[in-house]
Amino acid sequence: MYKLTTRTRAGTATAILIVILVLAGLALPAVATRGIIQDLFFILTMLTLAQLWNLLAGYGGLVSVGQQAFVGIGAYAMFAGVILAGWNPVWAILLGGLAGLVLAVPTAFFAFRLQGAYFAIGTWVIAEVTRLLVAQWKTLGGGTGTSLPREATSNILGTDAIRALFGVREAAARDILAYWLALLLVVLVTGGIYWLLKSRLGLALSAVRDNSEAARSVGVDTGRLKWAVFLIAAAATGLTGALIFMQTARISPDAAFAVTDWTAYVIFIVVIGGIGTIEGPILGVIVFFILRSALADYGSWYLMTLGLIAIVVMLFAPKGLWGLISARSGLHLFPVRRRLTGPKIEGGF
Amino acid sequence: MIWVDTLVQGILLGGLYALFAAGLSLVFGIMRLVNLAHGDLIVFAAYLVLMGVTLLGLSPWVAALIAMPLMFALGWLLQIGVLNRVLGKDILPPLLVTFGLSVALQNGLLEAFSADSRRIPAGALEGASLDLGIVTVGVMPLLTFISAIIVIVALNALFYHTALGRAFRATSDDAVTAGLMGIEPKRVFAMATGIAMVVVTIAALYLGMRANFDPSIGPARLIYAFEAVIIGGLGSLWGTLAGGVIIGVAQTFGAAVNPEWQILAGHIAFLAVMLLKPRGLFPRAVD
Repeated sequence: MYKLTTRTRAGTATAILIVILVLAGLALPAVATRGIIQDLFFILTMLTLAQLWNLLAGYGGLVSVGQQAFVGIGAYAMFAGVILAGWNPVWAILLGGLAGLVLAVPTAFFAFRLQGAYFAIGTWVIAEVTRLLVAQWKTLGGGTGTSLPREATSNILGTDAIRALFGVREAAARDILAYWLALLLVVLVTGGIYWLLKSRLGLALSAVRDNSEAARSVGVDTGRLKWAVFLIAAAATGLTGALIFMQTARISPDAAFAVTDWTAYVIFIVVIGGIGTIEGPILGVIVFFILRSALADYGSWYLMTLGLIAIVVMLFAPKGLWGLISARSGLHLFPVRRRLTGPKIEGGF
Repeated sequence: MIWVDTLVQGILLGGLYALFAAGLSLVFGIMRLVNLAHGDLIVFAAYLVLMGVTLLGLSPWVAALIAMPLMFALGWLLQIGVLNRVLGKDILPPLLVTFGLSVALQNGLLEAFSADSRRIPAGALEGASLDLGIVTVGVMPLLTFISAIIVIVALNALFYHTALGRAFRATSDDAVTAGLMGIEPKRVFAMATGIAMVVVTIAALYLGMRANFDPSIGPARLIYAFEAVIIGGLGSLWGTLAGGVIIGVAQTFGAAVNPEWQILAGHIAFLAVMLLKPRGLFPRAVD
């Protein structure tokens, strides 16, 4: 008669809204300009990276400053698949995910020996080492980088169908394909994280986040949990990196392993939006994009503002903008809290 | 012979890294604060010294002497106004705040001084060298190394032979209990950060006189500094010097084999030490 559920009315409404948004997003290329599609591609990929970093730091307690290692290795693996093995770029993206996973194993083996701040610095150093090693890879352009060959970009899987469907040029068709893949990836990653948090694993994660010792005392294997989270995040970050660089079709070690683009921005998005929630990164990426558009003409002022905003948010609203909203309204769009439902218990005094 | 030369150059380079790291080591050892803006603060101080030289026509040494109290005040205010509010059991808030500060500083400097690389003019010292019989060393690297040793001796004297140093050690070991004994941890932290910024100014002076710098080079210096601190072990200043020397020597030997491997070799030395000794070589405090 009584059952444990995470379902709430707000949660159901969000689910319906998301289905509508995703369907609209799929149909959007029919009406939107190429500029809008490119902006959305940027937003969606940054959101994916933010959700993954949030999974690591917000839920797993793994504050990595080295996620650019997985973006970069994923992107390079994709380029290697296309240039060296002649794969179609779309399939080569999967290779990017695999490369992220493979790199994550030695990284985790090394970094998990380190605690707290040491872990953060350790991951950063590993990312630097990966960048410097990849820069030695002469067949993929060494330190200066390389581009996807013309014959590879001109027949990416599905672009012919997109050209016929929307009557657009080849480059625009590639953007639309990348945008659709980004939409798919963000839905898979966000949905996957939400599912994970609702599962037994997620319960264990929340327990570890709140109190690692207490979690261990009730039988949570914290070590295995951290491995799982780290590997999942690394593989998905690799996929995202490969997708980002399939769209740009040009790569260099400095761009693919940029700590600013793939870690600093991502951290700001999560912090400003609200760490430790699924809603936070979504809100954060919207704020990030608005700021970027508003201050785009002011060059470095934009980044300075972003840095200062992150400081102010951390000082006055450590749970981010979503934390403020959620604390006032009690709203949870992605409910993960388990509640007991059933007939009201009568009796007592 | 070439190997002896490489070794000596590496040790001297380690002095520069130890200078980068000494302030960080102090702050990290006392309050476990990971200041990701440390590298950018060094670059900021270098611009401050440069302004003293170019605008006021001072010699770099005098300009650095004037910059020191300014940097001390900046560090003190930064700690009281911002960092003290986010310090706690969770390492994430201070990490994120200093990350924000790092990005803000870098871009602020970029706006103020442009991306051109600059250098603090050091006059006759710039190309001077000293023949020590077996090897010839540059006067500037030698001065850097000697300064690093003086800084570490001075910091150690402060740490172990003064009331302030006792407060530093007490807060480092247990801030709550230190508070019960009448020490106010927040003021102690502010003093520590202020002193760290004085050391940063010294590091900035040598950074600026030895090589070109621009607003973007902070994070790379931060990594070297952190590697030196971590290799040395939490709270050990001599350990930090040893860490700096290990990285410096690894870098010069890497560069001797292949110039492209210089930085890589330093990082790999760090990873190797971390694999063997995850808490560093000479840890004084526990975290």
